[in-house]
Amino acid sequence: MPEVSIFTQRFEVRGRDFTSAGRASTAVKEILKEIGIPPATVRRAAIAAYEAEMNVVLYARRGTLELQVSPAEIRLLVQDEGDGIPDIELAMQEGYSTASEEIREMGFGAGMGLPNIRKNSDEFRIESVVGQGTALDIRIRL
Amino acid sequence: MGEELRSVRVEAERCRGRMACLRACPTEAIRVRNGRAAILEDRCIDCGECVRACPNGAIQPLTESFRDFARFRYTVALPSPALYGQFRREILPGAILRALTRIGFDDASDLAWAGEAVSVAIDEYLAEYRGPLPLISPFCPAVVRLVQARFPALVDQLVPIDSPMEIAAREVKLHKAAHLGLRIEEIGVIYVTPCPAKIVAVEFPPRKRVSYLDGAIAIADLYQPLLAALARESEPVGEVQTVHGLGLAWPVLGGQAACLRTEDTLAVGGLREVARILEDVENGKLSELQYLECHACPQGCCSGPLTVDNPYFARSKILHLVSRYGRQPSRDREQIRALYRQGYFALPGRFPPQPFPPLDTDIPRAIEKRSRMKEILEALPRIDCGACGAPTCRSFAEDVVQGRAALEDCAVLTAEQARRHRHTALAEGIQR
Repeated sequence: MPEVSIFTQRFEVRGRDFTSAGRASTAVKEILKEIGIPPATVRRAAIAAYEAEMNVVLYARRGTLELQVSPAEIRLLVQDEGDGIPDIELAMQEGYSTASEEIREMGFGAGMGLPNIRKNSDEFRIESVVGQGTALDIRIRL
Repeated sequence: MGEELRSVRVEAERCRGRMACLRACPTEAIRVRNGRAAILEDRCIDCGECVRACPNGAIQPLTESFRDFARFRYTVALPSPALYGQFRREILPGAILRALTRIGFDDASDLAWAGEAVSVAIDEYLAEYRGPLPLISPFCPAVVRLVQARFPALVDQLVPIDSPMEIAAREVKLHKAAHLGLRIEEIGVIYVTPCPAKIVAVEFPPRKRVSYLDGAIAIADLYQPLLAALARESEPVGEVQTVHGLGLAWPVLGGQAACLRTEDTLAVGGLREVARILEDVENGKLSELQYLECHACPQGCCSGPLTVDNPYFARSKILHLVSRYGRQPSRDREQIRALYRQGYFALPGRFPPQPFPPLDTDIPRAIEKRSRMKEILEALPRIDCGACGAPTCRSFAEDVVQGRAALEDCAVLTAEQARRHRHTALAEGIQR
């Protein structure tokens, strides 16, 4: 099998750090543009990365967002240390949110994050352990 | 992009390589090589920040001068309303237009009315538009280029309505031709511009083949002659005002938005701030807004790189004019709406996405290059000192990967290596 070139970069995301929130997804977007990924695909990846990053900022203590780009696909691997999600099926429903009043006042927590990620990806997996954290595997085909 | 004539050029004999432009350029389009600035054409969006920044006046806009207008039988100056904010507060637009006819133009025509008319057209467009929001103002050519280059996914959110300067130029041309019995091409309509971006808009109007304008001349180049002409006038002030309407507000940040019916607007000035807002829009945010007014210049056109007066002072003078003459509409609104329905304001075609060139047109190769770029960047000091001639360590890493620069050009790395080398030599010397 011929060797496939994969670009990989990992970003740290800090929970509750609103001043740097969005930096990882902005960097992801820049890299995809530099590689020459078509604009419509960049936009889908940007929205997925942004929502995933914001979930870490809003609900977890800390996490990582890893970008992998191969000629076949864009992959975003997001892992966080946080409370986890007790009922994933419920969390995937549009409008469902466990966000606190404080978060809602900041204009987040409308319950569209996870559904938006799924909508903008070709493959989406989510695993969560209550009390430990959540892992997302987002794939967008090129 | 590449083959287009640029809006500015570097005068090599004046450039001292002081790198002010390097740091000012919001798109990292400048490199300093062998002590001279050079512009990477396919990264330049014509904003003119380099013109503003250069301490030696080495970066000059490609505007025209009166000599260039000899090819016309009749010339009309069409000043950006930003010009109205450049003189003493008592000097009203009517006097400024008259002064333009004293310094060499056959006539001068106001275009603030067209700003107001275009605002009505935007109202109409917003009412029937059903696509993704917010819509983005297309009137600052540097912003349009920024969207095309860095936010190509947003091109269809640029409002497809022609600019006031084009609308006004068309009216002037048709009117003058009929009135004077001249052919259209015998009449030169010259834009008096606050920025280099508009020069490019005259040479290469977006989405159209030709502009109704025939050239552009910088406000800064006309300033002295205009001052002299205004000083010679017996009655330069207090002129009965022929220029009025909300279009007067267009050259200040927020002025366009203020003319609209909707209040769901946001006005942003300065390219870095504009880029930040567009990042948000690209992330799917701000869709509760209807209209995003974006200017490359922090205070709007009244603070363009080719203006003269202090931008805040210019802003206050424009606002003064608006408060005195803004309330009286310049044209009948119903008539404008009828024109809108006839397609009078429509821009044909679409704004094509024109992304900055990727690292490679072949995606697997681009991925490889980006991986190498990351490795190089991690080895660099990441202090963005600019000594290598690139504005940031990131852009330097890109230059190295693209073969435009060598790793040894990094002064910090080279100095570190030399130091390490000295230490080893010293240690060896002691051992011996």
